[in-house]
This record gives sequence, C-alpha cells and structure tokens, in this order.
Amino acid sequence: MLEIHELHVKYGVIPALHGISLSVKEGEMVSLIGANGAGKSTTLRAISGIVRPTEGYITLCGQEITSMGAHKIAGLGVAHVPEGRGVFPNLTVMENLSLGAYLRKNKLEIAEDAEWVFEVFPRIYERKKQLAGTLSGGELQMLAIARAMMARPRLLLLDEPSMGLSPILVEEVFRMVCELNHDRGVTILLVEQNARMALTVSDRAYVMETGEIVASGVSQELMQRDEIRRAYLGA
Amino acid sequence: MFLQQLVNGLTIGGIYALIAIGYSLVYGILRIVNFAHGDIFMMGSFFGLIISKASGLSFLVVAPIAMACTGMLGMLVERLAYRPLRGADSMSVLICAMGVSTLLANLAQLIFGTQTHLYSVGFQLRHFQFGSVSITNLQFIMVIITVVSLTILLAFVKKTKFGIAMRATSNNLTTAKMMGINTNIVISITFAIGSMLASGAGMMVGMYYDAVFPTMGFSYGIKAFAAAVLGGIGSLPGAMLGGLTIGVVESLGSAYLSSGYRNAFAFGIMIIVLILKPTGIMGKVVREKV
Ligand SMILES: Nc1ncnc2c1ncn2[C@@H]1O[C@H](COP(=O)(O)OP(=O)(O)O)[C@@H](O)[C@H]1O
Ligand SMILES: [Mg+2]
Repeated sequence: MLEIHELHVKYGVIPALHGISLSVKEGEMVSLIGANGAGKSTTLRAISGIVRPTEGYITLCGQEITSMGAHKIAGLGVAHVPEGRGVFPNLTVMENLSLGAYLRKNKLEIAEDAEWVFEVFPRIYERKKQLAGTLSGGELQMLAIARAMMARPRLLLLDEPSMGLSPILVEEVFRMVCELNHDRGVTILLVEQNARMALTVSDRAYVMETGEIVASGVSQELMQRDEIRRAYLGA
Repeated sequence: MFLQQLVNGLTIGGIYALIAIGYSLVYGILRIVNFAHGDIFMMGSFFGLIISKASGLSFLVVAPIAMACTGMLGMLVERLAYRPLRGADSMSVLICAMGVSTLLANLAQLIFGTQTHLYSVGFQLRHFQFGSVSITNLQFIMVIITVVSLTILLAFVKKTKFGIAMRATSNNLTTAKMMGINTNIVISITFAIGSMLASGAGMMVGMYYDAVFPTMGFSYGIKAFAAAVLGGIGSLPGAMLGGLTIGVVESLGSAYLSSGYRNAFAFGIMIIVLILKPTGIMGKVVREKV
C-alpha cells in the first residue's frame, strides 16, 4: 500500500533522512523505532506531505504522492496523528472531531463514526463542548486518535502515541490502536520510542539511526536479536 | 451634545470595526499585518463610485458588485504579493506590504486623479430629530449594515464548516493541512472577506462625508489597525469592540477637547489600553509564528 524508495529529506541544508526505503502492506501494522532524532517523525511528515523530500519517491497504492500537497494526501485516506498530538486548542473537542471528517460527504456515516468514537472514548464524549486546549495530556492523545478515526483512514500514521502518558493510559491507547488494525482493517505505521510496546503490537518493524534504516524484519524476530535487545529493549 | 457625539462616534466606529476585521482575520491566520488593507478600503470606495457613474444602476445593485471586485483585488494582492513570501522573515513581509500600499494609492491617483471626488451615487439624505439628537437616514443604514454584516460574519466563522476550517487554519496551519483543508483557499477567502467588508465601509464613508480621495486609505487604515490592536489582534469581537471604542473616543475627544487632536485620541486610547493589557481587550497571548 505504501512504498518509500531511497528518500532524502533536508531541513534547510541539514540532512535528516539519507535515502530510506520501506514499505507497508495493506492491513499491516508496521512500527518504526529508534532513538530521539533518528528521523522517525520526519519520515511521517514526508509521507503526509508536510516536508518535501529532495530525492526519492513515495507511492500510495501505486500512485506517486512525493510532491503532492498535504491536503491532497489527506484526501487519499492518509491520517497523521502528529508528535505532540496537534489538536486545535482554541477549537472545541467536537469541532476538532468534525475536522477529522472534513473531507467526507456522507453525513450519516460521519454520525455513525462519531458514535463509535464516543463509545470507544467515553471521556471525549463528556468533554465534547470544552475547548481542546483545556484537556489533560491523556485526553489530548485520545482526541488526536479519535479525530484521525473520524477520517476513516486507509493508512494511519501515529507519532509516539505513548508520549507523556501514564502506563495505564499507554495500555489503553495501544489496545485501541490494535483494535483499529484488527477489527477495522486500518493499515498503521507506528512511530515509537517505547520499542518494547511497538514491537509487541506490530507485525513488522524498521529500526532507524541518524536518518538511516539499520535493521528491519518481523517484530517477534527483531525482539530476539541481541543488538536490538541491547540497544532498544534494555536487556 | 453628548448623545449626538456618541451617535456620531458609534457610526464611524462601526466603519473602523468593519475595516479592523480585515486586519484581524489576516493576522490571525498568517501573523502578518496587511498594511495595504487601508488602500483596499479606498479602492473599494472608488469601485462603488465609478461603477455607479458608469452604469447608472441603483446603488443597491452597485454596492455588491463593488464589494465583489474589491474581494477579488484582495485575493489578487495575497496571491501576487504575500504568497510568494510565505515563510519569509517578517521584515520582508512588512516592506512588501508597504510597497503594495504605496502601489495601490499611486495607482488610484493615476486613474482617478489626486483630487477629492464628490460621492454622487444618488442617495437622498434625510434628517430625523430625536429630542436634541439629529440622526440621518444614512446613519441608520450604516449602523444596520454594520451590525448585520458583523453578525453574519461571526455566525459564519462560528458555525459553518468553512468557518471552522478558517479557525483551524488560524490555530495551526500545518495541522489544518493534515485534515485535508486546502489552506491556500482558506487564506484567499479570508483576504476576500476582509476586503469585501472594507469595501462596504469605504462606500459608506464615501456617502457619509460625500468625499473620496486616493490617499484616504492611510488615515482610515491606520486607525482601524489601532482598533484591531486595541481589541486584541486576531480576535473578531475584539476588532469590533476596538473599532467602536476608537470611534467614540475620537468623537467625544474632538467635541469636548479639541478637534485638532482627532487622531491623537485614537492612538492615545490604544496606547493606554496596551499599557494596561498588552494583548488588547479581547486578545489572547499568541505565540509568534516561526
Ligand atoms: N523543523 C526542523 N528544523 C530543523 N531540523 C529539524 C526539524 N525537525 C527535525 N529536525 C532534525 O531532523 C532530525 C530528525 O528529527 P526527527 O524526525 O524529529 O527525529 P525523531 O522523530 O526520530 O526523534 C534531527 O536531527 C532533528 O534535529
Ligand atoms: Mg519524533
């Protein structure tokens, strides 16, 4: 479904990605792990069209999206939950959710999805009239994911959904993410610093270091490799 | 005398409010001060006059046409002058804005001449006496049009899907794109809305003083800008409140103190408010966009 080939990205003159290649198949959950500054967020930003690659290409279901505008890529069914959540603080929770469904036309389906989202996140429902800026960290993360769910995405890009959450909330968020993948068939590319969690839930994984992919494979197998265990799993 | 000045102040304050909205809308989204906005207001006023003269149609028909033309002018300015500078440092944008302002004022002088034109659009002025207060039918119309258009704008921004997209874009441009919002269109429409309101204000000013001239954009523009800052730039209710405040203070000040210091009152009140509340009356603390 998603194919990235030899992608280079620079911020000004400073390179952030040095020709990375990866792929995600329909229905898969793939994780991208690596230390801070490795280029994980940059990879997601390139996919959703927020940063422009200098070389290489990205295709989505065979269609090249490398230099497409971000709003057009969203229109192809890519939902990006950015690092730091990226909700609109001056808008209400409900308005934030409605923007998730901005490109959808079918009001009935949108209402159905809103009900589903509220069922999954009852706390979001209780706060739907509040300004998003008044939510707690955990609620913000749930809102960001809920908003992405409102897009009925084909491909969901999640950037560190566990960041700043308590262990209980991390469990809850990951249970949600797995449900989306298994029950709703949403293809997911997950970026995490919490490597153990990411490898546990994903089918395959890529390991990034300073703008390059240094290892990849089936998540269960990666977890057994000594160098991965030492560097990322603290074992 | 007091009531009369209050009424006059509110009338002209409504005009400032209509122009101030344009500064606030654009600042809210792009964090730039569109210094050409006063000149767009002036062009909007001229459009009304020349279309009326050329067509001989009723001003009720002419006004919407002039507003549409001014809206397009605003979009054109954004497209040609500001969009190429998106992401440039704020000094370059400021210089560009001043350039556009000068260009429009000089263009108007070239086309319409430097003299003051009578605003002869066939409006029949009538006076009504309420006790000691004299109000014209034009003042009534101005207040009603101002209130109605500001109400529609607030409802539009608050309730409609496009309005929510505008607020989202102003909140965070990048995330707005991720939602599938075509932020370039949102920005274009924002310029169009601000310019159309300024055009309405320009035509009403033309009729109110029966005069229009190419350099009038500066004084109205700078006072409306003061109104937007006073109210809290980026906030629409703030721009409205700021406009009315400046109109009333200016009107009362020139009646009771000295009419020679008209402009000084407008900026005096702005400076006082900013000292007391640096974000303006309704302003929130905004992070400078980088
Ligand atoms: N907006 C930016 N401007 C300049 N450099 C950036 C920017 N964002 C990230 N970088 C740099 O790009 C590299 C990769 O960053 P990032 O993709 O955020 O890494 P990760 O998400 O893996 O922590 C880092 O060296 C970082 O300093
Ligand atoms: Mg990151």
